Amino acid sequence: MAALPSSARCVVIGAGIVGNSLAYHLAELGWTDIVQIDKGPLPNPGGSTGHASNFIFPVDHSREFADITLDSVRQYKELGVFTESGGFECARTEERMEELRRRMSSAKAWGIPAELVTPEQVAEKVPFLDKDVIIGAAWFPTVGVVDSLRAGTIMRERAVEKGALTTVPNVEVTGMRVENGRITAVETDQGTIEAETVVIACGVWSPKIARMAGARIPLTPAVHQMISVGPCEVLAERPGEITFPIIRDMDTFCYERQHGSDMEVGSYAHRAILWDPEDIPSIEQSKLSPTEMPFTEDDFDPQLEQALELMPELLGDERAEIRYAINGLLSLTPDGYPILGETPEVKGLWSAAAVWIKEGPGTARAVAEWMTHGNPEIDLGHSDIARFYDFQRTRAHVKARTSEAFNKTYGIVHPGEQWSSNRNVRLAPMHASQKDLGAVFYEAAGWERPHWYESNAGLVEKFGPEQTMPREHEWDKRWWSPVINAEHLQMRETAGLIDLSAFAIFDVVGPKALEAVQRIIVAQADVRIGRVVYTPVLDETGGFRSDLTVMRLAHDHFRVVTGGAHGMADKKWFADRMPEDGGAVVVDHTSGWTTMGVWGPKAREILSAVTDADMSHEGFPFGTCREIEVGALSVLASRISYVGEYGWELYVPMEAGAALWARLLEAGTPLGMIPVGIGVYGTTGRIEKGYRAYGYELDTERTLVETGMSRAKWKDADFIGKDAVLAQADEAPKAVLCSLTVDDHTSASGTKRYMLGGEPILTRSGETLTDGHGHHPYVTTAGSAPSLGKHVLMAFLPPEQAVVGTELAVSYMEELYPVTVAAADATPLFDPSNDCIRGRA
Amino acid sequence: MSVLVLVETEEGRVSLVSREALSFARSLGAGDLHAVVVGPASESVVTDCRGAGVAVVHEASDPALERYAAAAWAAVVEAAGRAARADLVVAGGTGRGNEVLAHVAARRGLRMAANVVSVESLNPLVVQRQVVGGAALERATVPSRVRLLTMAGHAVEPTAADSPGEARVSPLPVTVDPQDLRAQVVRLEKRESADTSGLQAAKVVVGAGRGAGGPDGFAAVDALAERLGGAVGVSRVVTSLGWRPHHEQVGQTGSRIAPDLYLACGISGSIQHWAGCASSRTIIAVNTDADAPMVTKADYAVIGDMHEVLPAVLEELG
Amino acid sequence: MTDVLVCVKRVPDPTGEVVLTDDGMRVDGRYAGYTTSAHEEAAVALAVQVAEASGGTVTVLSVGSQESIEQIRAGIAVGATDGILVEADADALGPVDVASAIAEAVAARQDAGTTYGLVLLGNDAADTGDFQVGIRLAYLLERPVVAGAQTVETDGGTATVRAEGPEGTEVYELPLPAVVTVLEGGVSPKYPSVVGRMKAKKAAVETMTWSGTAAGAGREGLTVPEPPPSEVTVIGEGPAAAPGLVAVLKELKVVHG
Repeated sequence: MAALPSSARCVVIGAGIVGNSLAYHLAELGWTDIVQIDKGPLPNPGGSTGHASNFIFPVDHSREFADITLDSVRQYKELGVFTESGGFECARTEERMEELRRRMSSAKAWGIPAELVTPEQVAEKVPFLDKDVIIGAAWFPTVGVVDSLRAGTIMRERAVEKGALTTVPNVEVTGMRVENGRITAVETDQGTIEAETVVIACGVWSPKIARMAGARIPLTPAVHQMISVGPCEVLAERPGEITFPIIRDMDTFCYERQHGSDMEVGSYAHRAILWDPEDIPSIEQSKLSPTEMPFTEDDFDPQLEQALELMPELLGDERAEIRYAINGLLSLTPDGYPILGETPEVKGLWSAAAVWIKEGPGTARAVAEWMTHGNPEIDLGHSDIARFYDFQRTRAHVKARTSEAFNKTYGIVHPGEQWSSNRNVRLAPMHASQKDLGAVFYEAAGWERPHWYESNAGLVEKFGPEQTMPREHEWDKRWWSPVINAEHLQMRETAGLIDLSAFAIFDVVGPKALEAVQRIIVAQADVRIGRVVYTPVLDETGGFRSDLTVMRLAHDHFRVVTGGAHGMADKKWFADRMPEDGGAVVVDHTSGWTTMGVWGPKAREILSAVTDADMSHEGFPFGTCREIEVGALSVLASRISYVGEYGWELYVPMEAGAALWARLLEAGTPLGMIPVGIGVYGTTGRIEKGYRAYGYELDTERTLVETGMSRAKWKDADFIGKDAVLAQADEAPKAVLCSLTVDDHTSASGTKRYMLGGEPILTRSGETLTDGHGHHPYVTTAGSAPSLGKHVLMAFLPPEQAVVGTELAVSYMEELYPVTVAAADATPLFDPSNDCIRGRA
Repeated sequence: MSVLVLVETEEGRVSLVSREALSFARSLGAGDLHAVVVGPASESVVTDCRGAGVAVVHEASDPALERYAAAAWAAVVEAAGRAARADLVVAGGTGRGNEVLAHVAARRGLRMAANVVSVESLNPLVVQRQVVGGAALERATVPSRVRLLTMAGHAVEPTAADSPGEARVSPLPVTVDPQDLRAQVVRLEKRESADTSGLQAAKVVVGAGRGAGGPDGFAAVDALAERLGGAVGVSRVVTSLGWRPHHEQVGQTGSRIAPDLYLACGISGSIQHWAGCASSRTIIAVNTDADAPMVTKADYAVIGDMHEVLPAVLEELG
Repeated sequence: MTDVLVCVKRVPDPTGEVVLTDDGMRVDGRYAGYTTSAHEEAAVALAVQVAEASGGTVTVLSVGSQESIEQIRAGIAVGATDGILVEADADALGPVDVASAIAEAVAARQDAGTTYGLVLLGNDAADTGDFQVGIRLAYLLERPVVAGAQTVETDGGTATVRAEGPEGTEVYELPLPAVVTVLEGGVSPKYPSVVGRMKAKKAAVETMTWSGTAAGAGREGLTVPEPPPSEVTVIGEGPAAAPGLVAVLKELKVVHG
């Protein structure tokens, strides 16, 4: 038996698909002296990998997931453990057919082969399926099954052959040693392993292990029920593990997957059954394995009936027995994304958790790259462990959200869909006033944020349908309102007051603050006090880590303001790059300050009514900030704009927010100012102006050149990504971010349709386009441009197509709509000369 | 006051479990040790009883008792109990011992404790007994005028008494009630050792798991099973992958086997599989992983690839 | 035609390491789940065989909490006809009580017109291992009883029972009505089919109560003994270990010479 080493360069905890893949990829990237341990035996230590159904449907609405899955499939194939079976997603309802059409869009956008088929076509390949039960299906020929345990074994063996890996099974972690915020050792029942890098890749147990180090991995073990019925004669007749395509019976949230002579039926339809990591039994205590919990058959009975309906002969055969049935545990997170990266609490302690079989090897490769040179090739922005706010890491939040999400696994989830559980956690100080104004609240990083105000509903009529562009189709207008467009138009006419409390705000302070900030941001940080700069933040490869604004408040004091969703990851990015000697530090003020914005032609007048400060363009130039007095309130005003209008972001201590809000409403209302929701700020206002948003247009896979944000001249000071940026500047871009307008919305049925984002951009005749990365263009943001009376799409196009006037098409619900390139760079479609911002309009 | 032990015989001697029961009963120090034997008590049985310190051997040799009938045996135990004035009756925790004492308990309206491993107190009777197939111990109070208990096998050593007993043979006058013969063995089919073709009856099972590598990886397994006159058993993954038919599966969802030898090759030994093979008398594991549960739970192990080890074994066997 | 009553008990699945409740009074099934004892699964399979062969019915009975209906339905799912739950706290009952409760249910069904020609039970429960409920029941019903049966067949008024005795298979022929307790191994218990499971969900389960006073089981507490350490003897590594392995085979007398 392998002895446990007393030290290692890196300890990987867990020998499931993630731990095994990670050990392999670290070895591939040159790591040596890797020690992998697992509480259980090999090759199946008893975690979720051991009972996985092991099939892979590559399509997902999320690009991050789709890319990671495609990479995983590529790796499984290379390991020789992938068997292509093809798969159907079946629809029993018209609503589901519509969703399948949307799946076609995502498949095309990510380059995944897919087609819609008739029930007869399904029955041709799956003769035991009752075609009268379904009305259609999506066919994915590249669906397949993998042997994830075998894959793990091969990957471990390869790393061992390289001399890079020692794997010791049957070792239980009993503690984690942390000194000065750094991991230093892993304590086990068989001794201590000293290591500066430790990766937690132990699935459902990850939170428990992380807690030993004082870190948190907010996932929960959750039950996924599965039964195995057999032997089924028709399946046994053919050799091999799988010869029939996998069926996803989408409307019943179930799948049927052949496994030799058995048919496995799995369900995401039952009630959410959550466990605590501490309550998972030991290997010895469990009947099958720790993650194969006792089957609760009452929960499964309805699915049994539905499965029988779909496959009456196969499953109705009295000789075919339910010979295996489990409540299998898998990992769920509050937002559905994995939890990857270095923990914010403990340096050197990494998480690679909440990863399913279909994502395992791809995720592991990306995390290994991240650990090795700081930047994964595939953007993992949504999965970054640093993304969570404290409240999002509480058990109550994790349980509430995963309970709500479980039945959405096969659900039809609208891109704008809001959570209903654990709401009203973070309330802006002006929340009560907003409620009175009929705010329709959406959630952003826990904040209740008005998306639009019903009090503005009357404006829809004022501006008329040409500009407010009301939507006809239920799907298109779900989670949307024409009031958003009316608010937009009113703001452009007078002014809008926008709650921006969800911003994350942190300061960089100390004698070395300038040096630190200068190195992190692309823009010149060495500006005079009172300047505000908008800047990209890049990684070493020149990909976007963020875009944000920085105010210089003093020679040694910078304030960083960034979006709520990504704020915590940005904070970690900055904090990780502070000087070791403590010459500059990051201080979080997110909960200390509230922010609101006033923008529009009347903004100056409104502000002037409440303050004696000079609010003129000359007296308060664009890109500057300063303290102003509004009555007895001291307000930090910053003259920038994300909606393309003259105005300010106004910062006050949280407790003064309600007073400032009331004062502004009081002064602004007589001048025609209205409260405006995030529907304008986040979409319509910015899309007219061609402003890019992190997480949509900007991520680590995109460069300044591709996004049209390159500069003629770079600051002399060094900054992260500068080398890459300089190199990229000399190369022709492989893709170019463009704004496109939809020329005609009329569908075949005559209903006008409005794209919501994620749709593929094709040639007018429907042919696929491919950019220099080998990617296919898709809509990164879609939204109304009310000032133009147009629906605008943003997309990265191949350079040949990135020419104003190019006529293309967008595929939406399997129909083509004509679109035209309206901007092939960052030029705004509305007010291209930026007169409004300067107050010249 | 005395202790009565139901003595079962095996090939003319007191069976091992009965000798254990005698040792245990003697150790309780609850009075004279009596034995009851159904059928004629042979000389060697009496000798065994003497060595175990038995004072009196109650012998019931009515021809009606030739074929086993639990109720009739119970009547014999009752009669012996009366004769011995026993207030404690002990039997081995065998099929017979448990069955006969349960009859006695039911007939006399007494409590009975099965599979006892130790007695903490005689009055009231407090015992530790095996439950959950021996995986747990129960401390139980068994209040009863006459205390009935069966001994779990191998809970005590079958030791000889410090001084031999008199082992006086006392014929027990028994009148067998026809009611007690309603359920009587009518025919005994002596166990034959010849037929071991089926998996469950096989004396030797050669098992193979994922380590076989594929449907073509069983040649040496088949050959070895044939050479040892045994059967082939496989793990769930092997049948799930369609490498072998389901009827060969050993484990929770397959057959439970109890051969003299289980030679498990390339089987990691999941708990499901273990449930199916744990009753094997001897287990030998062949596995590349020295930490595999199959290896750590086995009696013997060879660490290595079954594809290398088995051909070598076949060659060695000639 | 033989109508069969088969008695099953809901027990914590005994496969894994035993986990006790905090008070040490019960085996906790929260990890392993609950099941029917293996002997009783075999009894159900035999009951279904007997009933099918004779055109009779099978009633599954359990003495226990409402949750025991899961085990009753599991029996129905593999071919039984209906169920009886004698609702009681099974942990508060001893074998005397359980036998009495079953006898009362048999009498109640008899009054309602169903006489069970055969009552099958497990030889002993997987959790308490009392080895006596079936035999006590037989005396209460004044019927003959065979324990440890591997197979049961009925022919008119006679049951033929085969059980493994010390020297071989012992065959009994006993008059019906009778009680038989079953030891696993003589029949392969079935898993339910999908159709069976759905039928079971809809089948009738009558709830009864027991009128008796519990004598109890006398349990004071449970403990779990330490498992034995690994005692594996490693013969050797790789093909070089073949002679050693063969030597062991010879020692075990599975090969000779």
